[in-house]
Amino acid sequence: MPTTIIAGAGHAGGQTAISLRQAGYEGRIVVCGDEPVPPYQRPPLSKKYLCGELALERVLLRPESFYATHDIELRLGSAVREFAPERRSVVLDGGESLDYTDLVIATGSRPRRLEVPGSDLGNIFYLRTLEDADAIGKELVAGRRLVVVGGGYIGLEIASTAKGLGMKVCVVEAADRILGRVTAPEMSAYYTHAHRARGVDVRLSTGIVSFEGDGMVRGVVCADETIPADVVVIGVGITPNEGLAASAGIPCDGGILVDERCAAAEHVYAVGDCTRHPNRILGRRLRLESVQNALEQARTAAANIAGTPTKYEQIPWFWSDQFDLKLQMVGMSQGYDTIVQRGSMDADDFAMFYLKEGMLIAADAVNRPREFMACRQLVPQRPSIDPVKLADESIPMKEMV
Amino acid sequence: MARITFIQPDGSASTVEIPNGLTVMEGAIENGITGVIAQCGGSCSCSTCHCYVAPEWMGVLPPPEEEETGLIEFAWEPREESRLTCQIRVTDALDGLVLHVPAEQL
Ligand SMILES: Cc1cc2nc3c(=O)[nH]c(=O)nc-3n(C[C@H](O)[C@H](O)[C@H](O)COP(=O)(O)OP(=O)(O)OC[C@H]3O[C@@H](n4cnc5c(N)ncnc54)[C@H](O)[C@@H]3O)c2cc1C
Ligand code: FES
Repeated sequence: MPTTIIAGAGHAGGQTAISLRQAGYEGRIVVCGDEPVPPYQRPPLSKKYLCGELALERVLLRPESFYATHDIELRLGSAVREFAPERRSVVLDGGESLDYTDLVIATGSRPRRLEVPGSDLGNIFYLRTLEDADAIGKELVAGRRLVVVGGGYIGLEIASTAKGLGMKVCVVEAADRILGRVTAPEMSAYYTHAHRARGVDVRLSTGIVSFEGDGMVRGVVCADETIPADVVVIGVGITPNEGLAASAGIPCDGGILVDERCAAAEHVYAVGDCTRHPNRILGRRLRLESVQNALEQARTAAANIAGTPTKYEQIPWFWSDQFDLKLQMVGMSQGYDTIVQRGSMDADDFAMFYLKEGMLIAADAVNRPREFMACRQLVPQRPSIDPVKLADESIPMKEMV
Repeated sequence: MARITFIQPDGSASTVEIPNGLTVMEGAIENGITGVIAQCGGSCSCSTCHCYVAPEWMGVLPPPEEEETGLIEFAWEPREESRLTCQIRVTDALDGLVLHVPAEQL
């Protein structure tokens, strides 16, 4: 009987197993994950799970019983230590070895560490796993002071959640704008203002020198001042977990290199945050950190393993919930030459469209589901659209599709 | 608690019991209903939990909020009876609800 082994029981690993069964795959499926929990969704960890609004069962990708019902073996708390592509076998941490017909690497990514003096003090956290979220959640208590290091999506979501819980929150960003890696200056300015207006102290161009404290962190030391803190969460980006693949000789370059079928080598696939994949529509390689990417690559790899040749060809989309602001993004705006606003930033109700040489390449929508959804249909076609029309609220988005 | 029936495009039906307080989408995922994908996990950001409500149930459900209406307009083949199941919370009043799963999700 053919066997598929999946290394990593996260969003992508779990979905690969689910999709294999949906595709009618009848072989053995073994999902090996180093975390002790069945595959779960990470987005709620900075949002509704963090503030206790969502229970653990709601965060799981599927209830644990689902896997047994669908004849999927879950090996939890069991990391894949290494594999040998020529022998098609993996070795688990305990020393057990398993043979595979196809291997799927879904090892995800890990938070980049900030190494400064004092970074090993207590109450300094990173947020990636359920365990992290549980540990942070306990410390988010009204009246206490939280410093978030890094103004990326995850950091800003934690700030918003903590503010909602009644904490004093400060976001410290080294660059001169938040979200600098992912969006346009106009959006950075909007989000800085939005957080400040809701009581978050946002400090830009502020690098961290060290952390000080007495076992527990008490302050975040910056060049000009020390910001008092009871809790610190650091969110300064992630590093793909490519070690397992790299040590087996699979080519990696800031992510496991896969083709459009999600194949990294003969009988080896890789899916999710750990990969760098070619995007035909954009004409370049991407490494994405998103649910869409994890789920769709998982589906692609599963289809290929189950015998239906399939390519992964999608325009990236992403969402982020902060305060009452529903941000939904589509496309990659890098390289745009024209930016068009539709709606009102003051009313927290607008979309930004990005054009390059007259073609619509991306959009960011705040509380604007129609603009977001219309652009999910439009952007893959790279249409030429008149910027004046885009900005004109009297023309419904439906008419532009 | 409500018994909710999902009818697939091929006509096959499955009826599942969903406890009060969960969303219909959460109940569908728990019970492995094909075609309810829920990429965004209920954040009203993806439209892949879209279903058609049986017409006689239209008046029973609380009407959609603006953020749901906006997504539905661009979901896969939207109709008058389209709803996002992650935005429908189960109560006793929904006992017997019938939903049709679309042939595709975006
Ligand atoms: C707090 C937070 C909020 C987020 N919010 C959003 C959002 O709003 N929208 C969005 O689209 N995306 C969001 N993301 C990103 C999204 O969650 C990730 O892109 C997605 O989880 C990637 O899935 P994955 O399966 O590739 O990786 P993961 O979910 O990280 O799974 C990888 C798993 O493999 C395990 N593993 C690693 N090495 C081994 C090994 N050798 N053997 C066995 N197991 C191993 C890891 O421990 C982990 O459990 C968020 C992420 C975080 C952390
Ligand atoms: S689950 Fe994404 S919109 Fe309902």
